[in-house]
Amino acid sequence: MKKMKLVMVGNGMAGVRTLEELLKISPDLYDITVFGAEPHPNYNRILLSPVLAGEQTLDEIVLNPLSWYEENGVKLHLGKKVVDVDRNKRVVKASDGTEESYDRLLIATGSNPFILPVPGKDLEGVIAYRDIADTNTMIDAAAKYKHAVVIGGGLLGLEAANGLMLRGMQVTVVHIMPWLMERQLDDTAGKLLQKSLESRGLKFMIGAQTQQLIGDKEAGKSGRVMAVQFKDGTEVPADLVVMAAGIRPNTELALKVGLHCFNDGRGGIVVNDTMQTITDPRIYSVGECAAHRGIAYGLVAPLFEQGKVCATHLAEFGIGRYQGSQTSTKLKVTGIDLFSAGDFMGGEGCEEIVMSDPYGGVYKKLVIKDDKLIGACMYGDTVDGSWYFKLLREGRSISDIRDKLMFGESNIGDVGHEGHNKAAAMADSDEVCGCNGVNKGAICKAIKEKGLFTLEEVRKHTKASASCGSCTGLVEQLLMFTAGGDYSATPKKKAMCGCTDRSHQEVRDTIKEQKLLTIDATYKALEWRTPNGCSSCRPAVNYYLISTWPKEAKDDPQSRYINERSHANIQKDGTYSVIPRMWGGETTADELRRIANAVDKYKIPTVKVTGGQRIDLLGVKKEDLVNVWKDIGMPSGHAYAKALRTVKTCVGSEWCRFGTQDSTQMGKDLERAMWRMYAPHKVKFAVSGCPRNCAEAGIKDVGIIGVDSGWEMYVAGNGGIKTEVAHFFVKLKTAEEVLEYTGAFCQLYREEGWYLERTVHYVSRVGLDHVKKKILDDAAGRKALWERLQFSLDGEPDPWFEFDKAAVDTRQFSPLSA
Amino acid sequence: MSEWKPICLVTDIPMLGSRRVAREKGPHVAIFRNSENKVFALLDRCPHKGGPLSQGIVFGDSVACPLHNWTIGLDDGCAKGADEGCTQPFQIKIDNGTVHLHADELATLAIHVALPKAGPGASTGALGDRTFEVQAPHSP
Repeated sequence: MKKMKLVMVGNGMAGVRTLEELLKISPDLYDITVFGAEPHPNYNRILLSPVLAGEQTLDEIVLNPLSWYEENGVKLHLGKKVVDVDRNKRVVKASDGTEESYDRLLIATGSNPFILPVPGKDLEGVIAYRDIADTNTMIDAAAKYKHAVVIGGGLLGLEAANGLMLRGMQVTVVHIMPWLMERQLDDTAGKLLQKSLESRGLKFMIGAQTQQLIGDKEAGKSGRVMAVQFKDGTEVPADLVVMAAGIRPNTELALKVGLHCFNDGRGGIVVNDTMQTITDPRIYSVGECAAHRGIAYGLVAPLFEQGKVCATHLAEFGIGRYQGSQTSTKLKVTGIDLFSAGDFMGGEGCEEIVMSDPYGGVYKKLVIKDDKLIGACMYGDTVDGSWYFKLLREGRSISDIRDKLMFGESNIGDVGHEGHNKAAAMADSDEVCGCNGVNKGAICKAIKEKGLFTLEEVRKHTKASASCGSCTGLVEQLLMFTAGGDYSATPKKKAMCGCTDRSHQEVRDTIKEQKLLTIDATYKALEWRTPNGCSSCRPAVNYYLISTWPKEAKDDPQSRYINERSHANIQKDGTYSVIPRMWGGETTADELRRIANAVDKYKIPTVKVTGGQRIDLLGVKKEDLVNVWKDIGMPSGHAYAKALRTVKTCVGSEWCRFGTQDSTQMGKDLERAMWRMYAPHKVKFAVSGCPRNCAEAGIKDVGIIGVDSGWEMYVAGNGGIKTEVAHFFVKLKTAEEVLEYTGAFCQLYREEGWYLERTVHYVSRVGLDHVKKKILDDAAGRKALWERLQFSLDGEPDPWFEFDKAAVDTRQFSPLSA
Repeated sequence: MSEWKPICLVTDIPMLGSRRVAREKGPHVAIFRNSENKVFALLDRCPHKGGPLSQGIVFGDSVACPLHNWTIGLDDGCAKGADEGCTQPFQIKIDNGTVHLHADELATLAIHVALPKAGPGASTGALGDRTFEVQAPHSP
């Protein structure tokens, strides 16, 4: 079959990314031709600022060397500007007469700098800041001349000014608005930024309006620029003037060939959700030149998202819609941290939380409306930017964390990266990700060498922040400094995995609404892209089925992680650990004797006391598991499962002279009522007999603390990656109430939690108020929840003894022989 | 010598699951069965840290290692995605519903692959060679 022809006009980041995505999924569909007006292969435009500042070289910012085009069979016309398209004959024409015909055309012409229409704008030494040529001009000028004026105190202008200053020029930034970066910062942050830049040596003329640029010949009308004159008549000397007063989508070609473009706002070629121009479905447009739902984006992440959607459509997959992005901003000036997102100016009907330390150079403002975070503006300390951005995108109620909001996620007890919150200040050898042992140097190297742009890519290649995620903010900062990536984009709902576009919530809802009972039926109903999912979605779907339809949906052991398939914990050498259940952490001489005998008989190398008041036998061979369980004769401890693990107790009033309640008995009762309870993630309880809280109930999924007059119940605590103190939930009188409320809370979590979401994350997603409403305010609902849990657990087997009922495939325990 | 050894029936392997095959020498061989009844055989060691692939979740024509979730291709034993490395694949013959492995391969391939270690002696310990005297009345 003859290949179709795809022609791309523009050789920039968004366009080439689209080709990369296309080649990945459908490498043989098209003969591809690319026209680039610049004489360079695709490079990282965002990193021109570090090049100007002398922190990187031009070679380092090339994304696709010429060999890439060759290897992928892409025909490249460099230095050729496309001047016309014959849409009837489907031919593009370049200025030098080159013609190429197409079946599909992709316009990715990017944007043009906005040049102030003032007299003198065409003088020598007056440039914009957009490409490699401009950057080189600035580098040359800095070597020869002294005075530079940058017009425009926005993102680009400040980066240009900083770079020129670092190259030894005296730089004045002219900004017509009342403070710097007014589109990204409020006045306070803008002024802090100005102060910081002034202390580095930049000069500012805020509110000044440029009248004309004066040359050194013909009474200032020609030659090289020598000064800038303002409306009030004052002048400043200038050997170089950089116009950085914003960009406009480059729609010159599109307008000429009759593609519909927006006239108002910043303009742009109008495209639909599949990135096709609305005028001509054979013509696509992505990147800064495209206007999607009225917005022309200028940040890399949304543009890559567009590229992905465009590629799937070009590949004729017919899937994927681009639905717009929310964006945020960071400035690439080394040593200056600022972040903003959303509606950070606030206004009527909004509330603001502000923290300001002008001396320390830290400023944070959060804008809240209707109990939701709608904007954030931060200066000096931005490590929580991604967290705020996430809250903002999710639009969840923040009423329950309002008092802690300002202090950020990292101040609520993150561990694993030595308490660092400024990636730039870290040494290359400092560990960023404590879970996977990845240091800063390794991350930066991978970003540079493998050309990574998104958090997901960094996670894939380095594993940094891929486990617990507590160092996500740091990794994002590194991405920012190294690749110029940004915090923006990410679709509002997160797909469960690569097999589907559906989110966890959508899958849960569909299983419930359509009464789906098998994994296959679920995949079919939701049009899964893979025949039997992957190791990430299958366990999740299996859990959703059995938790939504207890006694009806059948548990599928092959869709469970090995620990839940073999009912023991796999160790790094492939042996297993066995942890028998000890109700409430209490044991007997008989049990201990049986355990000791098993340790001897099966030569178990390590015996350890766990943090949950039980005994762990480590290094059991898989072949021995069944016999070890049998010899010990104690119930499964489920220490290997996303299920109720331990109920930790203190001795309580039976022995303790301070004890007010019988916490051990309460713990045993809770454990007997709720063991075998599978959940989205592991669940731990603790019961203390007095407020001295020896059982550490404050960091458990459910913590019960006995007081003289009854029991206090705490929920959603966590002692792991994110040490989170449990929220006080309710004060109860009787042990029966403790059972009912605890059961109701667990069942709500089982029904609403996403797979692998701990209670702390579940509650922080839905809000504590929601949980209170369902359990405290709705007595009938609470009783129903508790009954549903009891129904689910009734007759559930102990997988260590009832193999058939628990669907344990015992063939796994004995190897075949060859 | 060229001889196929019968191992088990295809149906002895759970669908989307695996069995381990013990050899006279060397680490186990893992045999997998996917949803299309295709059977594959790999050395039961992940190229990453030696995890037993037979214990992983099988999907499509891949298995996810149970230790660190690397995805390994069942046909060639090589890591997919951003990870790099391959484990030894073994030939399979299905005859009348019986799975066969090749005797030569069983006897010769990947015999001396080191097994991952765990437990006492597997790590150097936080103090290296330093030890503390244990005081009476405790025994060491």
